[in-house]
Amino acid sequence: MFTSQEIIETINMVKQNNLDIRTITVGISLFDCVSENPQVFIDRMKKKIVEYAGSLKEVANEIEDMFGLPIVNRRVALTPISLLTYGFECNDLIKVAIAIDDIAKEIGVDLIGGYSALVHKSYDEKTKRFISSIPEALAETERLCSSVDVGTTKSGINLDVIGHLGYVIKEIAYKTKDKDSFGCARFVVFANATDDNPFMAGAFHGVGEGDSAINVGISGPGVIKRAVEEKQDASIEEIYETIKRMAFKITRAGQLVLKYASERLNIPMGIVDLSLAPTPKVGDSIAEILEEIGVEKVGGYGTTFALAILNDAVKKGGAMAASFTGGLSGAFIPVSEDSGMVKGVEEGALSLEKLEAMTSVCSVGLDMIVVPGDTEPEVISGLIADEIAIGVYNNKTTAVRIIPAYGKKEGDEVNFGGLLGRAKVMKINKFSPHKLIHRGGRVPPPIISLRN
Amino acid sequence: MRAIITVVGKDKVGIIAAISSLLAENNVNILDISQTIMQGFFTMIMLVDLQGAKVKFSELKELLKKRAQEIGVDINMQHEDLFNSINRI
Repeated sequence: MFTSQEIIETINMVKQNNLDIRTITVGISLFDCVSENPQVFIDRMKKKIVEYAGSLKEVANEIEDMFGLPIVNRRVALTPISLLTYGFECNDLIKVAIAIDDIAKEIGVDLIGGYSALVHKSYDEKTKRFISSIPEALAETERLCSSVDVGTTKSGINLDVIGHLGYVIKEIAYKTKDKDSFGCARFVVFANATDDNPFMAGAFHGVGEGDSAINVGISGPGVIKRAVEEKQDASIEEIYETIKRMAFKITRAGQLVLKYASERLNIPMGIVDLSLAPTPKVGDSIAEILEEIGVEKVGGYGTTFALAILNDAVKKGGAMAASFTGGLSGAFIPVSEDSGMVKGVEEGALSLEKLEAMTSVCSVGLDMIVVPGDTEPEVISGLIADEIAIGVYNNKTTAVRIIPAYGKKEGDEVNFGGLLGRAKVMKINKFSPHKLIHRGGRVPPPIISLRN
Repeated sequence: MRAIITVVGKDKVGIIAAISSLLAENNVNILDISQTIMQGFFTMIMLVDLQGAKVKFSELKELLKKRAQEIGVDINMQHEDLFNSINRI
């Protein structure tokens, strides 16, 4: 039997402090669905996704009920579609995108990822065609998510594609302008993208993965915040230790859910992503943890330091709690999805430049950032290039999910609703890297890639 | 399958009876029970065995929720594994 204190603490983690499982993501390989005939491909794909993830919703609900632990999202990640549809015409690609979206609706998953391309090395015409189809694909769908990997530490950075993506993002923003350019929230640019990331918009079922796998992303910033709150006079060492211990407990809950989901769906266990993912709910914010650690407002000096500690302690605590860890493991710092981050922007404490610095120690990168709609494509490409450089040269994953909200200017507000939240349009440095971006070409991998 | 049931609410006569009779009706065996007053609130923790239960986990949860409303307390039932996972290595 457990002590009453343990039981009360566990219940409070869920009830008072918003502990939840952010996502169960079923990864499905579609390599065996490939066909030169688009309709044959679509039919095979449909059949396979329904077969593997058809009961995901039901199983997740059952687990939720059994443990009294909310599971916020049910998701599916597919083999990067560009690899399977190589050479398809544009209208066939859009058909594939719509078919995937329809399957997601049919089986009741919240988001489905994998309309993705891996172009960290070469960028040929057929892949270019695929990437050009992304704006239309996102505009025509509701649940489909898309990502492009543009650089890795082992292979360098592809500046050609970065240059193109500035225009692609602007086009997505335009095509979804009646929804505050919401399409951009379903598109992310990566460096060192991972094969087993359960989080959207970047989830895809990597080429190194097997036929299928279940990956779980945990959450729980509220629980960590509460634990830190109780240590008002503690040294930073004690804070670190507290976060580590709590991260262990949170991850154990994730591992449990992974095990149950795997047994019930009869799909092998993948990884637990040792994550802290915020929601727009007050008390479920990464920014609030940073402020609890001791910075007056997120974005002030000390923020990067506090985030580094948080991130590392979460990884250390979680590493022992799960059999396999992976994904993007660490703290996420999306702006619009985190009420504390939104406040930081509103009060002038948090700038895009500070966010960039923070991404050198967080798990992902510039995430859910809204900038003026008239931002030049080259400026967006420049911002992507900077962020990708941080990832490639520091051997970590970084990403950019930026929303140049059509028709909006600095200080305006956009509201996406639900988990994606609301945000103020941020100030962006408008000096153009036009010349740099239009040089194009490929950047060789950094010297750290030679470690063999 | 074993589960932990927790009941929190204002203390009054008959809370244990109301809940344990519901469990008995559904053939749920109480393995352990502890009860205390914490910060003025009646707090009861039960470890129960659902092996021979007449109803499914989710149905029992619903029944307990209904009973909880009738007697004005908060009630939770969660699979034992959650507590095991979080608190025991």
